[in-house]
Amino acid sequence: MKFDKKKIGPLLTGSVVPLMFLIISIIAIPLSRYSGSYLVDQIITRLARNSFLVLSLLLPIMAGMGINFGMILGAMAGQIGLIFITDWGITGAPGLLLAALVAAPIAIGLGYFCGVVLNRAKGREMITSMILGLFIAGIYQFFLLYLCGSIIPFKTSTMLLSKGYGVRNALNLNVAKGFDNLILIKLGDISIPVGTFLIIGLICVFTVWFRKTKLGQDMRAVGLDMNVSDTAGIAVDKTRIQSVIISTVLACFGQIIYLQNIGTMNTYNGADQAALFAAASLLVGGATVTKASIPNAIVGTALFHLMFIVMPMAGKYITGSAMIGEYFRMFISYGVVTIALVLHAWKRQKDKDMERHSFQLDMEKESAK
Amino acid sequence: MNLLSTDNVLLKVEGVGKEYDGNRVLKDISFTLEKGKILGLVGENGAGKSTLMNILFGMKVIAETGGYEGAVYLNGEKIKFKSPVDALKAGIGMVHQEFSLIPGFTVGENVLLNMEKTKKSLISKVLGKRVETIDLPEIRKSAKKAIDTLGVQLDTDTLVSEMPVGHKQFIEIAREIDRSQVKLIVLDEPTAVLTESEAEILLKSMRLLADIGISIVFISHRLHEITAICDTIVVLRDGLVVKETPSEGVDVRQIAEWMVGRDVDAEAKHIRPLVKIDEKDIIFETRNLWVDMPGETIKNVSLKVRRGEILGIGGLAGQGKLGVPNGIMGLFVSGGEIFFEGKPLQLNNTLNALQSGIAFVSEDRRGVGLLLDEPIDWNIAFNAMQVQNKFLKSYLGGAIKWRDEKAMKACALEYIKSLEIRCTSERQLARNLSGGNQQKVCLAKAFAMNPKLLFVSEPTRGIDVGAKKLVLDSLRKYNEENNTTIVIISSELEELRSISDRIAIVCEGKIFGILPPNSPVVDFGLLMAGEFKINEEGEKTWLR
Amino acid sequence: MVAINKFIKNFGVARIIIGFFLLALFIAAPFFGVRVDTSLNDVIVRFGMSGIMVLSMVPMIQSGCGLNFGVPVGLISGMMGAVVSLEYNLTGMAGIGVAFLVGLVMAAVLGFLYGLLLNRVKGDEMIIATYVGFSFVFLMNIMWLILPFKNPASVQGFKGEGLRVTISIEEYWIHTLSDILKIDVSKYLIIPTGMLLFFILMCLIVWGFFKTKLGTAITAVGSNPDYARASGININKMRVVSVMLSTMLAAVGMIVFQQSFGFVQMFNSPLAFVFPSVAAVLLGGASVNKATITNVVIGTFLFQGILTMTPSVINSAINIDVSEIIRIIVSNGLIVYALTRKGR
Repeated sequence: MKFDKKKIGPLLTGSVVPLMFLIISIIAIPLSRYSGSYLVDQIITRLARNSFLVLSLLLPIMAGMGINFGMILGAMAGQIGLIFITDWGITGAPGLLLAALVAAPIAIGLGYFCGVVLNRAKGREMITSMILGLFIAGIYQFFLLYLCGSIIPFKTSTMLLSKGYGVRNALNLNVAKGFDNLILIKLGDISIPVGTFLIIGLICVFTVWFRKTKLGQDMRAVGLDMNVSDTAGIAVDKTRIQSVIISTVLACFGQIIYLQNIGTMNTYNGADQAALFAAASLLVGGATVTKASIPNAIVGTALFHLMFIVMPMAGKYITGSAMIGEYFRMFISYGVVTIALVLHAWKRQKDKDMERHSFQLDMEKESAK
Repeated sequence: MNLLSTDNVLLKVEGVGKEYDGNRVLKDISFTLEKGKILGLVGENGAGKSTLMNILFGMKVIAETGGYEGAVYLNGEKIKFKSPVDALKAGIGMVHQEFSLIPGFTVGENVLLNMEKTKKSLISKVLGKRVETIDLPEIRKSAKKAIDTLGVQLDTDTLVSEMPVGHKQFIEIAREIDRSQVKLIVLDEPTAVLTESEAEILLKSMRLLADIGISIVFISHRLHEITAICDTIVVLRDGLVVKETPSEGVDVRQIAEWMVGRDVDAEAKHIRPLVKIDEKDIIFETRNLWVDMPGETIKNVSLKVRRGEILGIGGLAGQGKLGVPNGIMGLFVSGGEIFFEGKPLQLNNTLNALQSGIAFVSEDRRGVGLLLDEPIDWNIAFNAMQVQNKFLKSYLGGAIKWRDEKAMKACALEYIKSLEIRCTSERQLARNLSGGNQQKVCLAKAFAMNPKLLFVSEPTRGIDVGAKKLVLDSLRKYNEENNTTIVIISSELEELRSISDRIAIVCEGKIFGILPPNSPVVDFGLLMAGEFKINEEGEKTWLR
Repeated sequence: MVAINKFIKNFGVARIIIGFFLLALFIAAPFFGVRVDTSLNDVIVRFGMSGIMVLSMVPMIQSGCGLNFGVPVGLISGMMGAVVSLEYNLTGMAGIGVAFLVGLVMAAVLGFLYGLLLNRVKGDEMIIATYVGFSFVFLMNIMWLILPFKNPASVQGFKGEGLRVTISIEEYWIHTLSDILKIDVSKYLIIPTGMLLFFILMCLIVWGFFKTKLGTAITAVGSNPDYARASGININKMRVVSVMLSTMLAAVGMIVFQQSFGFVQMFNSPLAFVFPSVAAVLLGGASVNKATITNVVIGTFLFQGILTMTPSVINSAINIDVSEIIRIIVSNGLIVYALTRKGR
């Protein structure tokens, strides 16, 4: 086996985060005193619930735009879709499909807007998408709080606040488990929502197929070097916007899948942590800010949520306070993203230095003669 | 409509001229290129080569600045390119000096960048061409074919990032010839980064391409390559075609002469009167200096600078002359040894160099030389303040050093007067000054430090004639009045000859010779082209 | 006419529109049953409370480190200063003085480390600052629960299991600064002169700093790092100094806020100050790499004015509470706009 020094570097930095995570989880699992079957059941549920959202982050990474913190835009579009079909009283899987249909144009519009903004902030995409997400969240909340029920008529008055307009803070979704229940297999204590997994499988197939298309190839080119791509005639700005639109639409569907599993929706703040958790999951699975694959997404989601479930109880048994466990898991979630971002920026510096390194080495050898 | 005498002519350039903002860059350029022939295009910096290529390739900058005069005919048809895409479609390809490759892609992917072979699928019939599937085997095949045509062996599946520099050139050329309708390829200094043996392989490939009917415009400063491979030679000088000739019987010396030769009359006026300089009084010395400045690398320079002299450093673009001052001042990684006033000076330490009494006016006025969003007085006083603690008022026994804005203003007004800097006041932002006045501010910044040794890099690049004269006069005056040693680096040989006591020529990262300004001009040309070296005793060593 | 056009261009169209809007709100206030003097009081007090936090943005912007989304690092240092001072049961000037001291020391140390980190990630400072800030908040949340604080006013529960979410400082140093030389204009309008004077003092210190040799160098680093390098300036050192200064100012700002508010808010509270502080300095005309004291003063005033007046007037006018949402939309909208402007 050739130990190529150049390959070991990226391998190590790529593995640091998942490894750390595995260690933390392995320590915490026995401490939490959860049963094995409970954990397996929970992991399967979380995988079904969250994988789609995590997968929606893949394309912008491929297109060189880093972590799309603006995926919250798609999540909000999905929530709007669900709110409407809940108002119209449609249930089950057809309800979910209709929600997706209603939400998709909103997601496309928001994704386009986001893409245009990000093109004007080249080099600062991640912070811009994050703040843009917060900005649109404000507008989303305004829409739901003041326009719904007043300017936009609602059939189901139980969904509205007592003052007659404005959507309630928490909604029970009557499309709950719509996809899960499509094909549900029970193995003892563990239930496997095969229907949902099939949908996730579909998106994986889509991602793999997409990478092999001309558009996918263009996105890769733009992600690796915008200038060279531009000189070669690739429509750089347009390609970037398209990657954001696709990501937003996928996030929209992902949020619908997420909510149908949970069954209730936190109307105003439900999507706030979506980007953080999805990003953390992806990074925990070994992805970096410039390179992410489907295995990263799936493995990462499982690992991340394993830690997430286990931490509060582990915290309670170690320190006597479940709160410490909860704070610790939030710290880890943010910490993971921080480390990944730092490693990415640091590596970029090092790569630039490495490029000149061989020339400088040659020169030193020459002058030593 | 011109009826061409033979229909073997692929490219005909007729009376082409170009002016940028009143500055004439090309005048009455005419030449022809036949199918399957190689034309060598030679000229100093600023001769007009890049502008001519920009016109040929339809670069937007030409149309944006008023278009061009004259006409270019491709296969008898007048070209009207609005962008490089039009040029590509018409069959003209261009390989620039900077590599246009994606390191993370394979050779095959780079050769077919944005021209990938695809297969249709069900989905693409619905959603359009852009989602057709990439056909990797076809890409490999096509890339291999292009590379084989060049007569080299490259694995199409290797990542470009893992390829040696010498191979990258071939990938770029392969990309151009992969286009089915390619008729003409322009190669801009393709051998600049290659070793002798790699260059030979490239030249062979060029001949292979010509033999299958593709015409080539070959731009190079390595004159022996031009004589070796080209069928026709065109020499540009100051925007004019000074010679168009078949290469038969032409030797390197003649080309050098055409390249840098000037009218005899003009020669006489422009030489600096001889000044008495003590050869033994060396103020600054470099030994085996190397500098890693991307694009202007220095490999091995050993130079002695005499106190009180004005030393000129010239050479063609990209050969390394700009690396000399930038490396000495610590702006780029360097190695070797330097000595100032007999004592060794630390390299890679800008502050140390400045504190020792060396100042530098960078060639990058806007990027390195100025704080565009700050006023003139800031810009002039800054270095002196930071390095020599001038323009500061000290309080609390030196713990607090407060900006002395009155002193800054006074200093700025002084220089505004002496250098005739045209501005609304000393508070005007540097951004709003013209190029010439910006350059004067940069000079003032250096003068304000009262340096013993001053490096000035490309002092008159891109500024108008009046400002040019003033800049050079103030340098001359500063040297005369203060006995400040000045090292001036410039692409304009004439400028160097008018102001320097000696002129060193840098080629391929080394000094190929130092000559007095009144030496025959052709010698400068040959040094620049790297045809021979002249050592300290004046002996010539022919290299090729 | 030319002079007016020039004034508009310099001052910024956005700012003028918001200025007029604010004026309109003040004029409309009495018509909706909102007292002008209460409004003035609120705006002035909130201006004084948040001014220093906005001021803390300036050093890092000037040195090219971008907008300081990592300001929680400094704010938490201030919080630590406050609870340590409470631990020793100190009141009045002594209380707030110790809070400042402890806060400054912690801010200096943390600022130094934070600066070193930012030096390694040039180009990505802002997103990393954001996440460092968030991570640090949650790390300290754990600390607030396990550090051995004993003062019954600070801790919760009988056994003292960690600090409370909100700690009252009514018995300790509430309004200690605000009450200095305060002016009672009416029952509803009390001008907290002390706090305002302290803010002016801080502004003078920052203004003075940037007139020194060091401050001049830092400005150059942010304006054109290549220029600074060519002048022999150690860019990394300048950046660390600016980060330390920003962090220390944030610590001071937090304590000033607490003494006016009357409570020390723990746990996730720093997160609420991040975007408003950034937005305020941007509203005042700052860009991602250039900020002046004028930007701070104008921006804080306009921002706090809008935040105070819009809810009170519009709520009374149409009987709806729009305050929170306005805050979110305006702050974040401003920041996105600044991020999309072409930089240097």
